[in-house]
Amino acid sequence: MNLEKVFFAFFILLALTLNFGFFIGDLTDPVQHNAYELFAALVISLIATVMKFGDRTQIGAVLLAASLVADLQLVIAAIIWGFANQIFETGLTPGLTASIVSLSGGAVLANVVSVVLLVSETLQSRR
Amino acid sequence: MPHTFFLVLRRLRRPLIILISVYAVSTLGLTLIPGIDGEGQPWKMDFFHAFYFVSFMGSTIGFGEIPYPFTDGQRLWTLASIYTTVTAWLYAIGNMISLLQQPAFQTALTRGSFVREVRRVRQPFYLICGFGDTGQALVEALNDYGHRCVALDIDQNRLNNLELQNLPNSVPSLCADTQNPEVLIDAGVNNKRCNGLIALTNDDSVNLKIAITGKLLNQNLSITCRVEDDDMAANMDSFGTDHLVNPYKLFSDQLSQAFDSPSIHLLSRWLTAAPGAALSDPLFPPKGHWLLCGYGRFGKALEQVLLQAGNQVTIIEADPELTKAPESTIVGRGTEASTLEAAAIRSAVGLIAGTDHDANNLSIIMTAKMLNPDLFIIGRQNQSTHKPLFSTVGADIIANPTQIIAHEILSRVVTPLTSEFLRRVRNRDHIWASRLISRIAGVVSDEVPHIWQVRINRLDTPAVRALLRSGGTVTLREILEDTTHLYPTLRCLPLLLKRGDEWMVLPELTTALQPHDRVLFCGHPSARHQLQNTLDHDSLLHLARTGKSAPDGALWRWMVEHFTGRKQQS
Repeated sequence: MNLEKVFFAFFILLALTLNFGFFIGDLTDPVQHNAYELFAALVISLIATVMKFGDRTQIGAVLLAASLVADLQLVIAAIIWGFANQIFETGLTPGLTASIVSLSGGAVLANVVSVVLLVSETLQSRR
Repeated sequence: MPHTFFLVLRRLRRPLIILISVYAVSTLGLTLIPGIDGEGQPWKMDFFHAFYFVSFMGSTIGFGEIPYPFTDGQRLWTLASIYTTVTAWLYAIGNMISLLQQPAFQTALTRGSFVREVRRVRQPFYLICGFGDTGQALVEALNDYGHRCVALDIDQNRLNNLELQNLPNSVPSLCADTQNPEVLIDAGVNNKRCNGLIALTNDDSVNLKIAITGKLLNQNLSITCRVEDDDMAANMDSFGTDHLVNPYKLFSDQLSQAFDSPSIHLLSRWLTAAPGAALSDPLFPPKGHWLLCGYGRFGKALEQVLLQAGNQVTIIEADPELTKAPESTIVGRGTEASTLEAAAIRSAVGLIAGTDHDANNLSIIMTAKMLNPDLFIIGRQNQSTHKPLFSTVGADIIANPTQIIAHEILSRVVTPLTSEFLRRVRNRDHIWASRLISRIAGVVSDEVPHIWQVRINRLDTPAVRALLRSGGTVTLREILEDTTHLYPTLRCLPLLLKRGDEWMVLPELTTALQPHDRVLFCGHPSARHQLQNTLDHDSLLHLARTGKSAPDGALWRWMVEHFTGRKQQS
C-alpha cells in the first residue's frame, strides 16, 4: 500500500462527495445549500488540484484538467455568492442561488470524470 | 516538456497544500467565532470578510480589525492564525523562489526558449557544433552571405561572444553537450530548413559522434566535419560524411599549388577568401634548402610538399623520438640562434615555423630574420588572438588553421561550384590563369571578389524562367547588361556553368541559358544585387535584353498595345 496513493484517492473522492453534498437539494432554495459546504468543497478541490501537479502521464494531464475545471466552476460560484451577500442590494435571490448551485453541478460532473479516470487506472494496474 | 518542469511542479505540491490548508482553517475559524457589530449586536463574520482578513494577515500586510473591532475570542483565533499563516506563506513563497532559481530549472527554461527560437527561423540555416575561433569566423562569414546559423557549444563563455559580434541576423545558441542526440534534435537537425550540419570542435572523436548522430537522425542532411587524424577521417568517410576538412592537408595542398603554379594559387586564394578581405599579391616560394621547425602533423604534411617540389629539407625538432623524426634531424626548438646556425640557416631559402606553440613560432621567425633577412617564411598561427603579432612579425605566409577551415567550409557549403571550378582549373597553365586574374581584378575594387551561385528555376530566377517557358532565349551577355548604364556591363564574370553532367569553365557570353542551369559568378558585391534584380523582374530583364523599357502594369500594358496597334492601322 502506498500512502501517497491513499492521500491522492482520498482528496479526489472527498472533492466529489463534498461537491455533491452541496449540489443536492432544491435548485433555488438557499436554505438547502450550506455556505460551509461550498467552502469545504472549494478548499478540497484546490488541494486535489495541487496533488495532481507534476504527473507526466497522459491520464495525469486529463486528471489535472478535470480538476482545474472543477476549481473554476466552484470559484465562480463562490464569487457569485460573495457578490450576492455583500455587493448586490438584493441579497441571495432564488435566481442567484440557482446560478451558484448549477455551477457547482458542473463541478460535480468534472469531479465524476476525475473519479472515473482514477478508478479505471486503478483497475488497469496489475499490482 | 522537459523533465525538470514536472519535477518543479511535483516539489511545489507540499508547500501549496500546506498554504491552502492553513488559509482554509484560519478562514473557517473566523466565520465560526461569534463577534459583536457596531451596535453591540451578536454578529458572525462571513466568508468574504474572513478571506479578506486572512489574505492580508497571512502576507503580513495587516489593515487592522475589520469590519468591526474584534472580540477577545476572535483575537485569540487571530493570534494563532497569524503565526500559522505567516509561517506557511513564507515557507511556500521561499520554496517557490528557490525552486525557480535552481540551475536545472533555469537550464530547462533556456533550452525551451532556444527550441522556440530555432523553430522560428524561417530561412534555411546551418547548424554549427563547436563555437571556437573557427566556428565564430564561419558564423560571421555565413551571416555576411545572408545565411542563418544555429550555434552549439559546451562552453557558455564562447557563446557569449555572439552578443559582441553584432551580427545582422540573430543566431540561436545553446550551451550543451553536442554529443547528446537530444541536443541536436532541439537544435533542429530534423528540421526541414536545416541545410547542413557542421562539426567544428577541436576533438576528432566528438566530431565523429556528431556526424554519426546527424546522419542517423537525418539521412538527407549534408554533414561537414573538421578532422585532423587520418583514421578518424576514414571512419567518417565510411558512413557518408559529405565534407571532411583537414586543415593541415588543406594548407599543404595550397603550398604545393604555390610551388607548382603561383597564379593558380593566387586565383584559389582570391576565390576562397573571407568576404571583404583585401586583394592579395601572388607568392613565389623559392626552391632550394628549407628549414622546418616542428615535426608534428603540420610539419610532416609540409615536408612531403617541400620534397615533392624538389627542395632539400632540414628538420629541427625538440623531441625527435616522440615525433619519430628522421636521423638527420637537428635537436632543438629553433628559437635559439645556435640551433638555426647548425641547420645552416645562412644558406637556406625558406623557413617554416610550424610548432604548436605560438610564442615559439614568433621567436623562431624573429631570430631567423635577424640571421638571414632574405628568407621566405611560413609561420603557423595556432590561436586567433595572436593575429596582430603574426601580422607584424613579417612572415610571407601565415598558416592559420582556423581561417583555413572556415574559408574551405564556406566555399564548399555556400558555393559548392567554387570547389568544382578550382578542381577543374588546377592544371591550367600560367598564361590562362594570369589572364583570368587580370579580368577579375578589372571588375572588383580592392577587395576580394564576391562569389555566388545562380540557379535558373522558378523560385530563384522567376523572370528568366518565365521567358524561357514562353519560348524566348536569353544569353549570359544579356543578363549581365547593366540596366543602370553606369558601366557597359555588370561588374562580374561567369566562372562556371553546370548543365546536367556538363561543366563549362568560363562559359562564353553568347551561351544561351537553359532551365536548371547553375552558374557560378564572381565580382563586385553590387553586381550581385543588380543581377538578381534583372533575373527577378520581367521589366528589367526586358530592358537588359532590348535596351528599352517595357510597359509595366496591366493598365499601362493595355494602353501601349492599344495605341501602338491603332498607330499601325492608321
